[in-house]
Amino acid sequence: MIGLFGFLFAMWILILIGGGIVVTILGPISITGFGDLNWIISSIIKGGIAVSLVIIWIFILLKIKNWIFTKEIKT
Amino acid sequence: MTELIIPAIVSCVIAFLIVYLTTPPLIKFLQKQNYTVLDVNKKESVMIPRPGGPSIIAGILVSEVVLYAFFQMNEILAIMITSFIAFVIGYVDDRKVMGGWFKPIALAIAATPIIFLGAYDSDLAFPLFGEVQIPILYFAIIIFLIPITGNTINSIDVLNGVSSGFMTIASFSLSIALFILQNYEMAIISLPLGMVSLAFYKFHKIPSKIFPGDSGALTLGAMYGAIAIVGQVEIIAAVAILPAVINSFLFLASMKKIVEHRQIKGKPVEHTEDFKLKATDDKTAPITLVRIILAGGPMSEKQIGFHIFKLSIFSGILAIITAILMGVSL
Repeated sequence: MIGLFGFLFAMWILILIGGGIVVTILGPISITGFGDLNWIISSIIKGGIAVSLVIIWIFILLKIKNWIFTKEIKT
Repeated sequence: MTELIIPAIVSCVIAFLIVYLTTPPLIKFLQKQNYTVLDVNKKESVMIPRPGGPSIIAGILVSEVVLYAFFQMNEILAIMITSFIAFVIGYVDDRKVMGGWFKPIALAIAATPIIFLGAYDSDLAFPLFGEVQIPILYFAIIIFLIPITGNTINSIDVLNGVSSGFMTIASFSLSIALFILQNYEMAIISLPLGMVSLAFYKFHKIPSKIFPGDSGALTLGAMYGAIAIVGQVEIIAAVAILPAVINSFLFLASMKKIVEHRQIKGKPVEHTEDFKLKATDDKTAPITLVRIILAGGPMSEKQIGFHIFKLSIFSGILAIITAILMGVSL
């Protein structure tokens, strides 16, 4: 049970950090030089980065899950 | 502020009473029609009426219509229509078992009224760091969020009282968060969800007299997701249902595909001789929240439900802290 609370807390921290990355890195991205296509290209880039962030988030969660629950089973 | 108190009280009382008063006749009707399913976690062969979705959607629709009379906001219409479409999708699934992809795709359609009614803001707010404008990406969030919340709540509807009790805690946490953010109208609009869940919990708690079914669970989950979008509290809403998110995450990580729970051969939990639940040794069975809770040893259904509620209260507190952190800027 303590492992589950720890996992919940880890997910929350990851959400906070992820939010920071989205606002400070993803948000300010703007593309110029493509005329009317600027907003589409910047949206595609933002979407790509967002999907990558989600994949990284899931990968980290899997690692944390394995670490927490393997530790719990051992104890 | 004081002019908001009457709509809040009236809608809460109506939401609670409609579910509280319509569920007993619904139980009798379902029993008469033989719309019952076996409660697999009871020693005796107990047949439980299902679905309780009709009383849940009645409570939601009537209370939100009353709120619409006070506020005339498109946001209320969006929540009502989305919840109703989710109810219909769930009801179809209650009557006829559909494939694993049916609910996610159909629930994506349930999200469209939010877009058509313009009941959203494409700025995504994060705690500590502020907002980010993602006009196109936000459409994807709307389309994905309703299926995620609907199916996430549906996936924890595995034990007596868990989904309704969980939704009561999560939705009241979300309402508190909306009050903290001084989004008072949306906070009041969100209150009927907690009241409906609470009233239904009275009949759903162990030993259950009725199961919500997919129509009940999807309605609650979709309404929760709709409130998150129109109330601009997507991140806070996600935090409040983290235990259910963990359940879906563990399930998908172990199964590696979207699959309807009725199609899974290996069961994540088994019964002991005294009919407590224990984690299975079957390696083909999915890993779920209940299976992880049972890793420490067998427990009764009531004890597991209590553990899930403790986790839900913890994530509800984290959601409220997140709402407070929305007002803090680094």
